[in-house]
Amino acid sequence: MQDAATIAVAGAPENAASGRLRLIGRNAFPFLVVGGIWEIVAWAGVFPHRLFPPLEEVALSFVQLTISGVLLHHTIETVLRLLSGFALAAIFGVIIGVLMGRSRRAEDILLPLVSIFAPIPGLAYAPLFLLWFGLGDVSAVLLVGFVSMFPIIFNSWTGVKAVKEIWVRSAQSMGADDRRMFSHVILPGALPYILTGMRLGLAQAWRILVAVEMLAAVPWGLGWLIFGARKFLNTDVMLAGIVVIAVIGLMLEKLVFQKIENYTVVRWGMITS
Amino acid sequence: MTQNGQRTRTLIRGTLSLLATAALYETVARSGFFPAVLLPTIPTVAQTLFAMIADGSMIEHAAFTLYRVLFGFALAVVVGLPLGILMARFQRIENFFLPLISALMPIPSFALVPLFMLWFGIGNLTTILIVLYAATFPMVFNTWSGVRSVNPLWLRAAGAMGADENSLFWKVIIPGASPFIITGMRQAFLRSWIAVVGAEMIAASDWGLGWVIFDAKEFLNADIMLAALIVIGGIGFAFERLMFGSLERATVQRWGMSRVAKG
Repeated sequence: MQDAATIAVAGAPENAASGRLRLIGRNAFPFLVVGGIWEIVAWAGVFPHRLFPPLEEVALSFVQLTISGVLLHHTIETVLRLLSGFALAAIFGVIIGVLMGRSRRAEDILLPLVSIFAPIPGLAYAPLFLLWFGLGDVSAVLLVGFVSMFPIIFNSWTGVKAVKEIWVRSAQSMGADDRRMFSHVILPGALPYILTGMRLGLAQAWRILVAVEMLAAVPWGLGWLIFGARKFLNTDVMLAGIVVIAVIGLMLEKLVFQKIENYTVVRWGMITS
Repeated sequence: MTQNGQRTRTLIRGTLSLLATAALYETVARSGFFPAVLLPTIPTVAQTLFAMIADGSMIEHAAFTLYRVLFGFALAVVVGLPLGILMARFQRIENFFLPLISALMPIPSFALVPLFMLWFGIGNLTTILIVLYAATFPMVFNTWSGVRSVNPLWLRAAGAMGADENSLFWKVIIPGASPFIITGMRQAFLRSWIAVVGAEMIAASDWGLGWVIFDAKEFLNADIMLAALIVIGGIGFAFERLMFGSLERATVQRWGMSRVAKG
């Protein structure tokens, strides 16, 4: 019995290491297959070389663009636009949503407006914003903010309404005034919903921003990089840009929001991660 | 009584708020503070909308957009549903496709529009493929998690009662996963609707509601833009509420499982 336990403990690290290796291998395998097919198609010359470059050319132009700093400049501009648009959405979305959740009057007045504007696809507003605010950054940021505000409004509103009645009543009977009630009961209670809303809003902002950069003729930005590369048939540049977009999208989801959730709602025991 | 009073008050306030917003817009539009081409009055927009419906052009644009979105959406269901089921049932298939899907999912569909334009040209094919790309992932993901989350108790109960593989699949797994599948369809359609408008704008062909809006910008026809926006919002709303709402009522709610699915 004793022996078996020692053996198991001694064998554990090795097992874990090979298990991790196998996991990496299993996850890498599909990419190798797809990459291999891509290479074969590219070299077979089924499609014109310019339109379907082999992967090493994409990697090469990725490295070149990175070294020359062009890619970094595009990326920074895009991320700045995303953050400023999203900040607008977060501030106004949470305020409007909480107001709608707390006051019956605000809900009655705002809900019809929100439900009319929310279901229209965000990009459909783009030409209107371009017409009103001109080409460039102002339109892009305002549109991103406007579009990503709706999920935040809806979720904050639901979150405030979903705060358990019993928490509110017990806080009241313990003599909490309005301000303490809001900051100590309502806000923490609604936070899981608000965070979900922000997550959805950020994802929406990201999707819209790439398209808006193509339409709004901004001088820098990843969307513009991809769109501009089309004119010169630089498919390799396009694919490099798409890779950066995918990585940023993944990072926003995994790094930013999972961290925030771990620090707040998971730690407070409101949801299990 | 008070409940009724509350509801009437909600209705009155809602109507008042919409009227006030419309009046505010109308005042600003008429004040001449902004050029009239940029901020057309509501009667002008209504007139344009009716004129475009009357001469059939708006209907034709809407028909093109609907054709693209429904074609792409149907393809996404045809691809996504079996793939999701297979991924949930066979470990090997899941191992192969899950990493690929997780890598492709964070790419916004619009980022692929320029690439698809180069590969497939401008027009229907590109737009349909973009819709397909946008709609497949929610479809696959929801089907996959739906089939995986079928209550194991049901499976064992059906097995104990002697259900064979075939009837287990059709009678237990598919109905059990249906709330997720319908949620997936709903999300997929929402994504398709967003994608089709964007793809029509960027990969400008010459028909479609997205193209109407984008084209109207070149001629400063804000009234046409707003009219097309109304049509886009109306169609999206109709699909969302009428089609998926009634689909849900006919299946999931009748089977008493609506609380299983999460939006």
